[in-house]
This record gives sequence, C-alpha cells and structure tokens, in this order.
Amino acid sequence: MRLPSHRATTGAAVALAAALALTGCSQKTAGGTAADASSGGTADELAIVADVQIDTTGAEVAADGAGEPADPAGDGSAVCDPVTIALAGALTGPNAALGQNILYGAQVALEKHNEANADCQVAITPFDTEGDPQKATQVAPQIVGDESVIGLLGPAFSGETKATGDVFHQAGLLSLSASATNPDLTTNGWDTFYRGLANDAVQGPAVARYMVDTLGYEAVCVVSDNSDYGIGLAEEIVGGLGDAADESCSTEVKTGDKDFAAGVQLISGSEADAVFFAGYYAEAAPFVQQLRDAGVETPLVSADGVNDPQFVSQAGSSSEGAVLSCPCGPAPEEFAAEYEEMHGQAPGVYSTEGYDLMTILLRGVDSGATDRASLLEFVAGYEGEGLARSYMWDDTGELSDALIWIYSVK
Amino acid sequence: MSTDAPTGSRTGTPTSTPTGRRPHGGVGDALRLWWDALARPTQWALGVPFILLVALLPVLQIPVLTTVGTSFGAVLAQFGMYALIAIGLNVVVGQAGLLDLGYIGFYAIGAYTVAILTSPASPWNQMGVDGWLSQDWAWLAALPVAVAVTAVSGLVLGSPTLRLRGDYLAIVTLGFGEIVRLLADNLDEVTGGGRGLAQVAYPRLGESDANPNGVFSAGSGSGVLTSGVWWYWTSLVLIVVVLLLVGNLERSRVGRSWVAIREDEDAAEIMGVPTFRFKLWAFVIGASIGGMSGALYAGQVQFVSPTNFNVINSVLFLCAVVLGGQGNKLGVILGAFLIVYLPNFFLGRTEILGLPIDGTRIAELRYLFFGIALMVLMIFRPQGLLPVRQKLLAYGRTLYLAARRASTQPVVKEGS
Amino acid sequence: MTGEHLHAALLAADVVAEPLIGFDTGALARNFWALTVDGLTYGSVYALVAVGYTLVYGVLRLINFAHSEVFMLGMFGQYAMLMLLGFGPSGNAYDLGIAMTVVYLGVAMVGGMAVSGGVAVGLERVAYRPLRARGAGPLVFLITAIGASFVLQEIVHFVLPKVTGGSLGGVNAQQPIRLVEPVPQLTIGSATVTNVTIIIIVSALVLALATDTFINRTKFGRGIRAVAQDPVTATLMGVSRERIIMLTFLVGGLLAGAAALLYTLRVPNGIIYSGGFILGIKAFCAAVLGGIGNLRGALLGGLLLGVMENYGQVLLGTEWRDVVAFALLIGVLMVRPTGILGESLGRARA
Repeated sequence: MRLPSHRATTGAAVALAAALALTGCSQKTAGGTAADASSGGTADELAIVADVQIDTTGAEVAADGAGEPADPAGDGSAVCDPVTIALAGALTGPNAALGQNILYGAQVALEKHNEANADCQVAITPFDTEGDPQKATQVAPQIVGDESVIGLLGPAFSGETKATGDVFHQAGLLSLSASATNPDLTTNGWDTFYRGLANDAVQGPAVARYMVDTLGYEAVCVVSDNSDYGIGLAEEIVGGLGDAADESCSTEVKTGDKDFAAGVQLISGSEADAVFFAGYYAEAAPFVQQLRDAGVETPLVSADGVNDPQFVSQAGSSSEGAVLSCPCGPAPEEFAAEYEEMHGQAPGVYSTEGYDLMTILLRGVDSGATDRASLLEFVAGYEGEGLARSYMWDDTGELSDALIWIYSVK
Repeated sequence: MSTDAPTGSRTGTPTSTPTGRRPHGGVGDALRLWWDALARPTQWALGVPFILLVALLPVLQIPVLTTVGTSFGAVLAQFGMYALIAIGLNVVVGQAGLLDLGYIGFYAIGAYTVAILTSPASPWNQMGVDGWLSQDWAWLAALPVAVAVTAVSGLVLGSPTLRLRGDYLAIVTLGFGEIVRLLADNLDEVTGGGRGLAQVAYPRLGESDANPNGVFSAGSGSGVLTSGVWWYWTSLVLIVVVLLLVGNLERSRVGRSWVAIREDEDAAEIMGVPTFRFKLWAFVIGASIGGMSGALYAGQVQFVSPTNFNVINSVLFLCAVVLGGQGNKLGVILGAFLIVYLPNFFLGRTEILGLPIDGTRIAELRYLFFGIALMVLMIFRPQGLLPVRQKLLAYGRTLYLAARRASTQPVVKEGS
Repeated sequence: MTGEHLHAALLAADVVAEPLIGFDTGALARNFWALTVDGLTYGSVYALVAVGYTLVYGVLRLINFAHSEVFMLGMFGQYAMLMLLGFGPSGNAYDLGIAMTVVYLGVAMVGGMAVSGGVAVGLERVAYRPLRARGAGPLVFLITAIGASFVLQEIVHFVLPKVTGGSLGGVNAQQPIRLVEPVPQLTIGSATVTNVTIIIIVSALVLALATDTFINRTKFGRGIRAVAQDPVTATLMGVSRERIIMLTFLVGGLLAGAAALLYTLRVPNGIIYSGGFILGIKAFCAAVLGGIGNLRGALLGGLLLGVMENYGQVLLGTEWRDVVAFALLIGVLMVRPTGILGESLGRARA
C-alpha cells in the first residue's frame, strides 16, 4: 500500500467529517431498528420469560408446576454426625464461572440446611479440577480417599467425568453431576453416576420437533461451538430437524471466539427461517449481536447453555425474540434473591441445579443416609420436586421424566 | 572444543561472570566436579539408590512434601510426563538452540496416536475383533507407534521450517502447535473433535478383586498406591532410558554438532557440520520424546481432547526448560518438577509450618508467578536455576580426575 | 484373516475418502463482496496492531510477543474511559447525536491509546531495558516477552477486579458499552456497508497515514529509521538510541490503543483478559506477511490477512479460521521470509 503523504491533520479532519456524517445517518434510522436504543442503554427491560413446556416429541403440554419444591432446611429436627459433601468442578481457570455457579447454588441450600438443623451440620468441600481431565485424575483419588466424604456433587464437565468416572464407580461414591451433558456418560456402566439435567439426546430432538412442528420453520441454520455440549446438542438438533436442517449455512465456532463475521455472512446470504445456536451464552451473545448488526433478522433459537440472564445483558436488544429451551424450570425470584445476597452476583447457568442437587443430598443425610452406600441408594430411589424440575432417575442415572421448558426473551 | 564455554554465551549474555575470579566455584560446581570424576560403576552405584528414593516419594508420604488438595501420586505422574517433555524439549532448545514454541503439538500427536488406535470412539480403533492390538497389551504396543508417528511428524514439520532461524522459527513452530490442536478439534470424524476420545487403552496389569481393571486403570487404588503412582513409575523407567539415550547422543558426534550449531550456526556450517541435517535430528529426537510423553498422558487420563494442548501449556513446557536451565538435563527435570509441583503444593493448603496461608488462591495465581519468574530469571539468571556447564565430551573423566587431584587449583580458566 | 484385515483397511480408507475438509466455492462467490468489506474491517485492526510489531522489530530485532497484551489493555483502557465518562454497560447502543458520539469516541480512543502507550513504554522500561543493558540475545528477549504477556494477562484476570471492585477485569468478558449502532449506509456489489465499518476503515486509514508521515517526514521518524538501519552509526551521529526505542514502543502502543477502540466497535463483547492473544498473533502474521520491519508492509499485510482469512473460512468452514491465518504465516515464511514488500526498515535477516 503506497500511502500518499498528506498531512496528518488534513486526514484527521476528513475522518472527523465522515464520522459526523455517519453518526448522523445512524441517528435517523436507529429508532426503527432497536426500540429501546433511544432509552440511553441503561434501562434494560428485556428478560427471559417462560412460555410453555414441551414433551419429548416437541408437543406443548400443561406446565407441571404443581408440587412444592423440596426445602433444604427440612423440618429442622434432623440429627446426624458431621458429614461432608465434596464438589468437583472448575473453580479456577478459564472455565471457572460454571463451577462457581454450581458451588454457589449448593452453598445456598447448605446454609439453609445448617441454619435450621443445629444437630446435623453438613460441610461442603470444593475440589478444583480446572475443567482439565488430567487435573481431575489428580483430584479424584483425594475425594475418594477422604473418608468423611459421603457424596460428590460433580464433576462439572463431561471430559473430566469421562476421565474419572471409574474412580468413583470403584469406590462406590455417588457422583451427581449438575452439568455434564454428554450422552455417552450414562452408558459406561458406572452405577454411581447420576445427573440432574436432561441429556442432549432428550432436549435436542424435542426442541427440533418444536421448531418444525410448532414454530413451522422449514430451513434452520445450526451453529455449534466446539464444546462437548455444543457438538452433542448440534448433532441431536440436526438429527431431529431432518430435512429442515440447512447445511449450507451451518457453521462451527470456537469457544472463546468473539467475532463471527464469516458465519454471520453465511446466514445472511441464506434463506433460512431460523438459526439454532448450540453452545453457551458467552459466544451466543456476541453472535446474535453481530447477526443483528449485519441486518439479519432471522430468529434465534437456542438451549440451556444460552438460557442465562447474562445472555440478555450482554446482547441487549439483539437478544429480543430469542427462543431458548431448557430442561430447567424458571429460577424462582426467591432463590435468585437469596443467591445474590449470599454471593453478590446473580445466579448463572447450573446454579439452580447446584441448589436442587444439594437439596436432594441434604434430604438424604437428614433421612439417615450418612454413608456412601446409603446415600447412593437414597438418590437412586429419590422422587421429588425441585426448583428446576421434578427429579427421578432411571437405572442408568438419567432423569426418567424429562420435560423441556421453552422460554423467550421479551 | 574448549573446556569451558562461558555460561552466558549460549543465550547471548556477555561473557563476564558476576562472581569474578573463579567462574565456577560454587557448591554446585564442586558437586559437579566430584560427580564427573567418579568412575561409571560408582556413578551407577550412587545413582540407582537416588532414583529409587525418588521413585518411592509417593509411597513415603513425607509430611510437608506431600500435596494436600490433590493425589500426590497423580501429581508425580504428571511430573513424569512433564519431565520427559522437558528432556525432549531440552534437546531442541537447550542443546541445539532452536526455540520451539509449538512443542505441545508433538505431545498432542503422541496422545492422539494412542487414543486413535485404542479408543472405541475412534474409526481406526484397533482393539476390536478385527484389530491387531490385543486388549491387555494395546497401550504398550501403541507406545512405539506413537513415538514413530511423532518422529515422522517432527521430520515433516522440521524439514521446511528449520531453514528459518531464531524468533522466526519460534513463531512458525507456535503456528504449527496451534494447527495441530485445531486439526484435532476440527477433524471430528477421526479425533472426535471437541468431544475427545475416551476409554483409551492402558496396561492391564495386576488385576485383582480390588482392582478389576488392573493397577493402571484410573479407578485403581484409593490409598497410597493409586494408579498415578504406577504411571509415575512407568514414566521414571522411560525417563531413565531416554536420559541414557540422550546422554550418549550428547557425547557423540551428533551432540557435538548440536553444541556447535547452538553457539554459532554459520561457523559450524563452515567447519563442515551439516547443520540442517543435525537440526532436523534434534527436532525429530525431541519430537519422539514428546510423543512418548503424550502416549503416557493418553494412558493415564484415558481421555484426550484438544483443549489441553493449547499454547499456554506449550509455553509452560518452555518455562520448565528455561527455569531449570536449558541444556542441563537434570536442570530441566527440576524445572518440570517445579512447574507441576508448585501449584499443587499450594492447592488446598491452609497452613505451612504453622503459618496460615490461602494456598488455593496462590495456586490460582500460578501463571502470574510463572510469568514473573520468567521475567526475573531472564534478567538475573538467564541460564536457569541449574545452568549447564560445558564439559569435555570425550576423555572427560580422565581429566576431571586429574583436576580433582589438584583440587585447590581452579580447574578451568575463564573462557571468552 | 487377511480378508478381514483388508475389510478393516477399506473401512478405514472410507473414512479418509469422505472429505474431511470440503471446499465451498459457491458460498465464497455468493458472499464475495460482503466478505471483502468485512475482511478489510478486521484487516484495518490487524494492520494498526501490526505496525507495533513491525516498528519494534525494525528497531530492536525483537518480536514483542507481549504487544498482544498492549492491545488487550487498550480495550480495557477505552472501556474504563467510557465508564469514567458515566456510561454504564448495556447491550444496547447509546444514542447521543452525532457530535457527542464523535467526541465520546475520540475521548475513549484517547483513553485506549493512553493505556496502551503507557503499557508499551512501561514494558520497555521494566522488561526489555535491563536485558539490553546486559546485552542479552534474542531468545532471552522472546522468553521475557512471553513472561510479560502472562503477567499482563493475569493482572487483568486477577488483580484488576480486586483494584476496581469487580467492575473491570476478571474471568468474564466486560459487559459491552456501545456508542454506535451499526446502520447500513451504502452498498458495494452485494455488500452493505455500515457506519461502523466506515468509521473503522477511515480511522485506520487516517492513523496509518499519520504514522507513515511521522516515520517518513519528521525528525523523530528519521531517528527511528536511522536506528533501525544502523544503531551504532546512528548513536555516533547523535541520535539517542534509548529515546528512539522508547518512542518506537510508544508509537506502537498508541496505534494498538486506537485499534483496540476500533475493534470494540465491531466486537463489543471482546473485552476480556485473554482477548488479545490470537489477535496479536494474527497481527504479527500480518507484519511478517507484508515484510516485518516495513511500515507499509504491515498495513498491506493486515488488510490482506483480514480479507484472506474471511475468504478462507467461508471456503473451508468457519472452524478453520485460525488455521488459515497460521498456514498463511508459515507459507509466507517458507517461500518469502522477507514478506511481500521486504524488510525495508532494516536488513533482511531470516
């Protein structure tokens, strides 16, 4: 590039003039594209609102919010020897947010319990895996070797669960994961592994059917991140969509990416009715924002990884109209308030699961299951309501009755 | 070859030694001189018990040394892998003077070779009925394959890139390291993509009622003898073998050529050293050692996925080599130990010798500390904690013996 | 037995025969203009960051690996400036009117430039100068730069949130503050060009022009070129080498800070402690592409890389984006290590 050597000041003046002109244009049209852009950007009324509940075929069903969620406090008369619940997940490192969400959720339940039951004090011991499978293999023997640990909340990620499932299986230690979604995990014969959320194999086809049958989409671009969760979900969605999956605009993004120019361009150039984003909100927010910035108004559908208040606060008005599925019920305001009071931040992805699963473990302890075998037995036979959904497991460790909620941002 | 190359010249520092008159007069050098003068059988007689002691570390459970938040055996298993990596990277960086920022690529290739051959999720799994790998010995059989594959990949990566020098080479290798990771992430059909490959084979040894899958399985043992300890011992055996091989290479024509290339590539070329060929040798040997370590990783974790083979870990490997002392095999092993052990030492520790500390917080800040350590080290001690001393590569012992007899005299004069 | 083996081999071969990487030329053709415009937008940012690499390399023969963190801190700098001006994080764009938007953008850019420039100079003082005083070799510099890169990232990761009470830094990306809503302005071919795109490209052009003038037409620029050409002679001729080195870092830092603001206009969610790394490597790649040490080469390389990367990822699939950049870097270094325009600030070396 041979730059003519004008004087810098002249150039600056030109740029300033150009910028002035452009923002002038933007001001004229901005009101039309984003309703609350003119509000100054501080007030943000958008929120994720629960719409309907669907079953595994994607058909709408009546919401089953009938039962009262289990209370971690119990009746306050439990008596037990002090026992420990271990928690394993990424508490430091780049994936720390997810592990912390679960820990913080569990701590809310624990505090309620210990406050109400003076004669039954339960402790939680966090173990940091950094989300690294090798680190998890170093942590797992410590957890198993600690005699006071009667149950484990975790591991958080599918990778570390794959690497350590055998350890917990051989030690007979309950491993109750709040967030490991990979479908293969329950096919290894580990009778100690349970998870408190529907796996992708249920959520994916259900949402895919919902998109085709109820929302009437005929061509959907499936965008997936490269996480275990994203890939698995995208596979299930593409399978469930069948002919409706539009391959020409399906793209893959990397976890941690923030700019998606080419992917957005592909969608912009396609005739798709909707975009399905299989991944987490950290990528979904900039993705949808860049999609809208490029003038693409194709509706966005996504799942539990994106179903987070953070998605709305980061993507702002771009998130409006997004349809988000989740095998989780809406987090009650009460829980959100308690959580925020205790930890100084709003609950995030899997916080509710952390709370619910901890509650189940605490119910077990209160009922006298204070060793590894009996706690495992208790969870296997558990049936009850939680904040997020009702919990009841089949013998592989999957939730047996998985209903999906559909939310939208409005 | 001079009897003494100034410690700094390799890294380019001026040749003055801070301490003044006697350049190598510290305790370390006295120890080195003593060791070098010993007869080979005596060296073995002292070395073997030392290695045994190191091997027994996880079993002895020495109070302050043993990690609190993590299983000491598994930490040492990781140390074993990092030590192998450090030895391999040391051949490339320390001995031949080629800065390789993408060494993790070879670690990944080694791990993926084993995983692709033995994971049921891989399309090329050889453990099934049609496969040529037996259930029990699959890992051991895959190990040489992994070494061979990484050696070839070292050749493939090295032959175009080694014509570059210095920091250009560093950046290109960084690019290659990233490309290997991205390939593992993108070629889903073979590598499983971001999902990784699970249920990788491991040696089925010592099967008993308590350990139905043998002592090497992840689930084995809950007391002191966890699977980590067995992997640690396996890696120690490999480390000793590799050290012997690399040590002999170092003393051969190849090793002398590496030193010549490291000190001045142009001069070496003019003196008749086929520099490109020997650089390639260094690259290939370094790569295959990295691949061996990767195979250990795949066996121990029994799961591989792309995320762990990132640039940060690649830099961490380099950190181990630089910290320990590039060029010095024992130094880089120490470096690897510090890199792996220090964060784990602090993790979960609430007090140290009576003083209350927040160990987890300290462990969390490890990259900050490693970064500071690298910067400070480069300013004050660029040669590393255990710097390399140039020594006679042939007829050395005779001379060291003579030097020891005249022990009051400084052995070597300061070079220039 | 052999039959079974053959069968297995055929199965394995089948996996390979199925294309692991497909070429989608149709998508490239359909979206050609939009990809070009977008590529130029990103390319402008690469170009400005690449100047920092190229100047430092020209003068010191040093790959300032930590320059990516200088850029990253620039993003935080402009963000902090916006917060000081009273803007709060929001997903929606503020609508301030033309004049105020330009003023605030300008002030934010100054904030970014101040932080980046300061960090770049500080880095030189703290990390590199002691090494120069000791006459360390290039690898020592590179390793120091890597260490500094770790330190700067971790400071933003852990220390900054403590200092600012959690409003800056930490493990998550900053909530975006957006001043400009992208609105289409004109069409080139099949591509719509938004105001944001025009702001980025025009600002980058102006800054590039200014830098080029500064290097080629001013006394300080002459000093930089002199030191790059022959440090010893330049010193003998009365050029203060230390001052020139500091100036070089400052110029590189200022441009990285400006680039940081432009980048956040396009990617408001990109402000995170790890957000500089890949972009820095790509900018370095751009510098090498154009001929490291060559100012105009860096600018050309940046634009070229931005465009090529965009074409490449549509051709191969978006997951190959970074591979395209790295492969380009390696390819260029293999075939023409001095880059497209050659190393004009200094002598050819590799």
